[in-house]
Amino acid sequence: MAFVDEFPFEAKLTRHSFGVAFLALAIGGLFGLIQALHRTGAFRGFVSSADYYTVLTGHGVLLVLVFTTFFIAGLFNWGVVRSLDRPLHSKRLGRAWFYTLLLGTVLASTAILGGFFDSVPLSADVLFTFYPPLQAHPFFYIGAALIVVGSWLAGANYFLTYRAWRAENPGERIPLQTFMVLTTMLLWYLSTLGVAAEVVLFLIPWSLGIVGGVDPLLSRTLFWFFGHPVVYFWLLPAYLIWYTVLPKLSGGRLFSDPLARVVFLLFLLLSTPTGFHHQYLDPGIPEGFKAIAMTNTMFLLLPSLLTAFTVVASIEHGARQSGGDGLFGWLRALPWDDPAFAGISLAGLMFAAGGFSGMINAGMSINYLVHNTLWVPGHFHLTVGTAFALTAMAATFWLFPQISGKRLRLRGAAVAQPYVWFLGMVLMSNAMHRAGLAGVPRRTAEPQYDAFAFDAGVGGIGEMRAQIALGGILLFLGLVLFLAVVFRTWMAPRDEELRVTGTIPPALSGPENSPPVLDNLRLWTLVAVALVVLTYSLPLVSMVADGLLTPGLPPIPV
Amino acid sequence: MEIHRYERAWLAASLVLIVLFIGTVAYGALGPSVAMVDAEGGTVDPAALDDHPRFSDPGVYQTGEDEYAAYVIARRFAFQPGSTDPIRVPEGSTVTFYITSPDVVHGFSLAGTNVNTMVLPGQVTKVTVDFEETGEYGVVCHEYCGEAHHEMAGTLVVVPSGEFDLPEERDVSGGGS
Repeated sequence: MAFVDEFPFEAKLTRHSFGVAFLALAIGGLFGLIQALHRTGAFRGFVSSADYYTVLTGHGVLLVLVFTTFFIAGLFNWGVVRSLDRPLHSKRLGRAWFYTLLLGTVLASTAILGGFFDSVPLSADVLFTFYPPLQAHPFFYIGAALIVVGSWLAGANYFLTYRAWRAENPGERIPLQTFMVLTTMLLWYLSTLGVAAEVVLFLIPWSLGIVGGVDPLLSRTLFWFFGHPVVYFWLLPAYLIWYTVLPKLSGGRLFSDPLARVVFLLFLLLSTPTGFHHQYLDPGIPEGFKAIAMTNTMFLLLPSLLTAFTVVASIEHGARQSGGDGLFGWLRALPWDDPAFAGISLAGLMFAAGGFSGMINAGMSINYLVHNTLWVPGHFHLTVGTAFALTAMAATFWLFPQISGKRLRLRGAAVAQPYVWFLGMVLMSNAMHRAGLAGVPRRTAEPQYDAFAFDAGVGGIGEMRAQIALGGILLFLGLVLFLAVVFRTWMAPRDEELRVTGTIPPALSGPENSPPVLDNLRLWTLVAVALVVLTYSLPLVSMVADGLLTPGLPPIPV
Repeated sequence: MEIHRYERAWLAASLVLIVLFIGTVAYGALGPSVAMVDAEGGTVDPAALDDHPRFSDPGVYQTGEDEYAAYVIARRFAFQPGSTDPIRVPEGSTVTFYITSPDVVHGFSLAGTNVNTMVLPGQVTKVTVDFEETGEYGVVCHEYCGEAHHEMAGTLVVVPSGEFDLPEERDVSGGGS
């Protein structure tokens, strides 16, 4: 029986979350195409260079705030219900988080899109990092706050559903997918405290004119308290799919359930006390705090390196089950014509490359070379832009039939889609990385200056621009293919046969091989909180010692 | 807890890699003495730069033999000095930059080098750079600062030491020359 027949309300909730996520993906992706053509100079006819920053804000907010949060909320909703095999604790809470997220999205998007029209007194050209004293319309901050609150409500529903399950199943190990959802949400609750404090205590009153100024350094610090762990909030749902769905799609089983739990706990502990690595080059923060954040960041490599091992080992096991052999010959036995498998695997492969450029970002001293250059978006288009986004799209090819009861349509387009995305990202990202090394800045409409030219190390600046523009076009084509498949499938009538099943085989090494203390979420949360207090209390105290709002800057509306 | 032996080896190799990475940065700090931008520049009232002894007249000051201080204001949408007039320093000099902003967050980087920092209103960014050879660098604002952000740039020129001249009032080294 498909998920939709067993849990019709939960399937609908996930479907609608995905619907909003994909609408945000469509608009944000179109903005991405406009940027790729504009900043490379390939075509500047869509918007003026001043409006480029409206496009850039929309691209960032719609993709990394709206698309991610709606997709994750819907995916986790499915993961908890499927792995606990029981309905949600509260349907009403399910509706509440969905509409809270939606209201926040509408408010924030209205403020951003208002920037295109002079006649509309709204704008929010502050990019997704919204560093004050650049100021957006209050709708922007209120919308962002509601998106966070909506995600908290969604998390509450997962926890309440788990508690109901626990009452019926005392003494059992937490099912793996639920374990992953709960640890990710704990990480999310902890890290969003930073941005919630920034927005609710400072930016909303400031944008409404209730307080006269805000401290730019304190605001940045609170933002990055949230701004690094948020990348794990995007990544861990992809890991959930890599650990639990990908082994099945390759014809095998997960290698090790205990190690998967250890990996998620390491992320819970280490994700938040790392934010200063986004502020290596900020004045006003002593070097020692930056060094502590760097050490924590480097140790965060461990769970990702462990994941690389487990994922490859699980795929290889699957390939050998299907008759693959040889040192590398088993690769040929994998279902490369299954769009879900191909997309998720290519996303994982690309994440390996993104992981390596991330290791370079993490190094305090080499960060001078790449900070705020095009290298950085080159890096995160491999992580959130592929490891997360391509995994999400590919998983949809597998999951959508189960939550809709409809067989995937336009299968040819679906098979091509991951390869188109992969090729586009290879072109765009390699060129962005290399342009960054030449010093080309990120976040600018026209990275060309009258007084000087950038000196490319390998290749030429013109060649890099061409690759970025072409890559952007291919990525947009990949997006259109994806949206066409989802749209046609959604509009199709119900089918008897789905060609996919939701059963997930147990791990080769199951949870019984791991100590029960791994499931003691209360303990691990306390350790995570303690680490955050150790890392952040001293610098935050020194920043607010001169007064919460000092040095205070009056708003500069944009 | 059961861990496969290949996985154990991978775990050990990963830990070695991590320790090596941290080691390279520690070496960079202790050996070639790569210093991080930190709190040493102190704070300044962003609304009162005109009252500041140096930011009221930004530019290059001589502070010692081959040692200079360069006070730069990054404001929407120009570096002062840098955009209208280039920042000029002599070859073979050690220049300590003091950079701040009266309005929003900016960036300051010399294109193609590892001279790269953030500029925050209220904070003074302090970075020290050795200019060993003559040459010309682009100065880029790399943090979005508003609708004309892409026009915010400048140049820094390292001139032959014989061609470098400062007005007398800008020699604050105490010793004279």
